[in-house]
Amino acid sequence: MFLMWYRTLQLGIKSLWLHPMRSLLTMLGIFIGVASVIWLLAISEGISLEAQRQIASLGADTIIIRSVKPPSEKLSPQGVTPYGLKRDELDMLVSTIPTIRSALPIREIRRQFQYENVTIDGRLVGCTPEYADVTRLKVESGSFITDAENFRRENVCVLAAKVAERLFPGKDPINKPVYVPESKDFYRVIGVLQHRNASAAIGGSLAAQDFSNDIYIPIRTLQQRIGDTVAMRRGGSFEGEILELNQITLITSSIEDVKTTASLVENALTSHNDMQDIAVVVPLELLEQARTTRMMFMIFMGLVAAISLVVGGIGIMNIMLATVTERTREIGIRRALGAKRSDIVRQFLVETIVLSVVGGATGIIAGVICNPAISLTRDIIKDRFPQTFAALPEVVQKLTPTIVPESIPIAFGISVIVGVVFGLYPAYRAAKMSPIEALRHE
Amino acid sequence: MISTPTRSACSVRDLKKEYVLKGETVRALRGVFFDVPEGDYVAIMGPSGSGKSTLLNMLGCLDKPSSGQLLLGDDDVAKMSDDELAEIRSRRIGFVFQSYNLIQQLTVVENIQVPLFYQGKLGKKESDRCVELAHMVGLAGRLSHRPNQLSGGQQQRVAIARSLVNNPYFILADEPTGNLDSRTTEEILQLFHRLNDEGRTIILVTHEDEVAKRAKRVVRLKDGVVQWDRFNTEESRREAAENAIRNLPVES
Repeated sequence: MFLMWYRTLQLGIKSLWLHPMRSLLTMLGIFIGVASVIWLLAISEGISLEAQRQIASLGADTIIIRSVKPPSEKLSPQGVTPYGLKRDELDMLVSTIPTIRSALPIREIRRQFQYENVTIDGRLVGCTPEYADVTRLKVESGSFITDAENFRRENVCVLAAKVAERLFPGKDPINKPVYVPESKDFYRVIGVLQHRNASAAIGGSLAAQDFSNDIYIPIRTLQQRIGDTVAMRRGGSFEGEILELNQITLITSSIEDVKTTASLVENALTSHNDMQDIAVVVPLELLEQARTTRMMFMIFMGLVAAISLVVGGIGIMNIMLATVTERTREIGIRRALGAKRSDIVRQFLVETIVLSVVGGATGIIAGVICNPAISLTRDIIKDRFPQTFAALPEVVQKLTPTIVPESIPIAFGISVIVGVVFGLYPAYRAAKMSPIEALRHE
Repeated sequence: MISTPTRSACSVRDLKKEYVLKGETVRALRGVFFDVPEGDYVAIMGPSGSGKSTLLNMLGCLDKPSSGQLLLGDDDVAKMSDDELAEIRSRRIGFVFQSYNLIQQLTVVENIQVPLFYQGKLGKKESDRCVELAHMVGLAGRLSHRPNQLSGGQQQRVAIARSLVNNPYFILADEPTGNLDSRTTEEILQLFHRLNDEGRTIILVTHEDEVAKRAKRVVRLKDGVVQWDRFNTEESRREAAENAIRNLPVES
C-alpha cells in the first residue's frame, strides 16, 4: 500500500515535470497564500506586541489622571478660569483611598532655556524623585532630583539627553546654570538623563510623550518660582492658564486593585464638579483593549490570507480540470490496463497535493524570512531615499514582525487541505469517465 | 503457457448489448455465440455497425453486456462490478490498440509494467520480467526510450510486450496494424504468429482481409450476430504470408 502511494507520487511528480511552467504558476497561488498568512500574522503580531510594550511601559499597576482643558462653554467668558487637578485633591485621594501606594504630582510648562548664547524651546517639568522610576528614565551622569532638594525647593534641574546636547554642545553641563528667561530664574544642573524613545499616543486617551526636550525640576520649586498662573505666548497674543497640576500618577498597591481604585478615583474627582477637566487613563485597561484589538486584527488578517489561499486553490482546480481534459486519453489507457476508479482519483489527488505541498513549503520558507526581508528593505530605503524614509509613519519605521509559531503548521495544513479539497473534484471527474469514451478521445 | 486445447480462453453465450443513443435504443449485439479455445488465433471481422467494437469492448471487460454470458477462463464477467472488471483487466487481459496507446511520460519498460502496477506488483522481479519481454519483442536497445522516440512499429511492439506482461487469457488486438506501413504490418503479424505458436491465444479485430487470412479462424459479424465462423487452412495461411512478403515494396 505504501509502495503504491510512493509510486503514484513518483508518477505524479513526473507528470507535473512535463509542464514545469504550468506547475510553477499553479504553485505560485498557494505559495503566495501561505507566505501572506505568515507575513500578515507576523506583521500584526509585531505591531501589537509593540503597542503592548508601550502600554506596559506606563506601568500596569498605575493610574494616570490628567488635567484637560475643559470645553469652552464651561469656561467663564471673562478672565482666566482655573481648572484641572488641585493639590488638595491629591492629598484627598492619598488620604482616603487605602489602595494607593504612592502618588506623583506633575506640572508641565513650555519654556525657553538659555545657556550663554544658546536658546532652545523645551518643557519644564516639575516632579518628585519617584518620577524617574515610574517613567523609566535612567540617569547618565549626576543624579535625579532628591526628596531633600524638593523639600527645600532648591533651584536644581536634570536635563534630558537631547537638551544637554543642544544647550551644552561638547561641554559637561553638571553644575552649570540654565536660565529661564520667562521667570528670570537660574537652575543648577545636577544630572543628565540617558536617551529615551518617545512613547506613542495610545488610542486618543493619552498623547504621545516626547521626553527629549524636558528639563526636570522639583515640583515644590516650580510651585514657588512660577506658581499656578502661567502666561504663555501663543501666536503673538498672551494666554493665561491657572492650573495646579497637569498630571497625577497613582501607583496602586497591587494590579488587582487597579480597576476598583480607578473607579473610586474617578468618582471622587468628578462627583463635586462637572467641569470635565480631568481624564483618567488606566494602562491596564488599555493593555486589555490592546489584546482584544490584537485578536480582531489577527482574525481579520487571517481572513485576508485565507481568501488568498482559496484563490490559490481555485487556481489549482482550474489547472487540474484542464489537465484532466488534456490527459483523457491517458486515463482511458490506464483504465483499460486495469486502473480502478480509485487509482485514477489517487493519481490526480497526489498531483494536486504535490502542487499544494511544494507551494506551501516554499511559502513557509518565504514566510520565515519575513523579518530579515523587511529589515533589508527598510535599510535599502533608508540608504537610498532618506527623505521618504523619514516621512514614513513611526510604526513602519520600527516595525519588527514577530512570527506567530502556530501560523506555520496552520498555513501548511490549510495548503494541504486546499490541495485535497480543490483536487477532489477534478480527480472525481477523471475517474468518472467511461474508459471506452476516454480511449476514443483525441 | 502450455495449454490443453479443450479449455476455453473465452466463451460467449447469447451475448446481447443494447444502449440508448439520442432517445433511440440501439441493439448492437443481438445474441452472439462463440468459443475461443486456448491457443486459438481468431480474427473478428465485419463491416462498421456490425457490432465489432461493442463485442471488443465486452471481451476487453470495458463494458458489461445487457444479457447473456461472457466467460473469460474461470471468470464470469457479465455480472461484475466496475472495480472487479478493472481487476480482471489488469490481471487477465492483454490489450493491443490501433494507436498503440502508450503513456507518453513513461519509458518502454515502465509502459510494459503498467498492468502490473495496478495489480500492486511493483518489485524487482516484475521489472526484470518487463525487461525480458522488451527483449523478446526486439526492443533490447531501447529500454529507457520514451514513446515519442520510437517508430510506430516499435511502439506497437511495446504495446504487445505490455499485453503479455500479466499472462492474459488472450491478447485482444484492435486493428493492431491499422496505423502501420506494409513492412511493419508484416513484422507485427509475424510476431503474432510466433506468439501464437508459443501457445498464446490471440483475438484480433480487423477489417482487412489480408490480416484476417493470417489467423487460424475468422468470425464474421453482421447486424449484431455471427454471420459465419470458419477456419483458415494451414495452406491458405502460408500462402497469405508468402503473398504479403512478395508484395512488400522493394527496400531502397
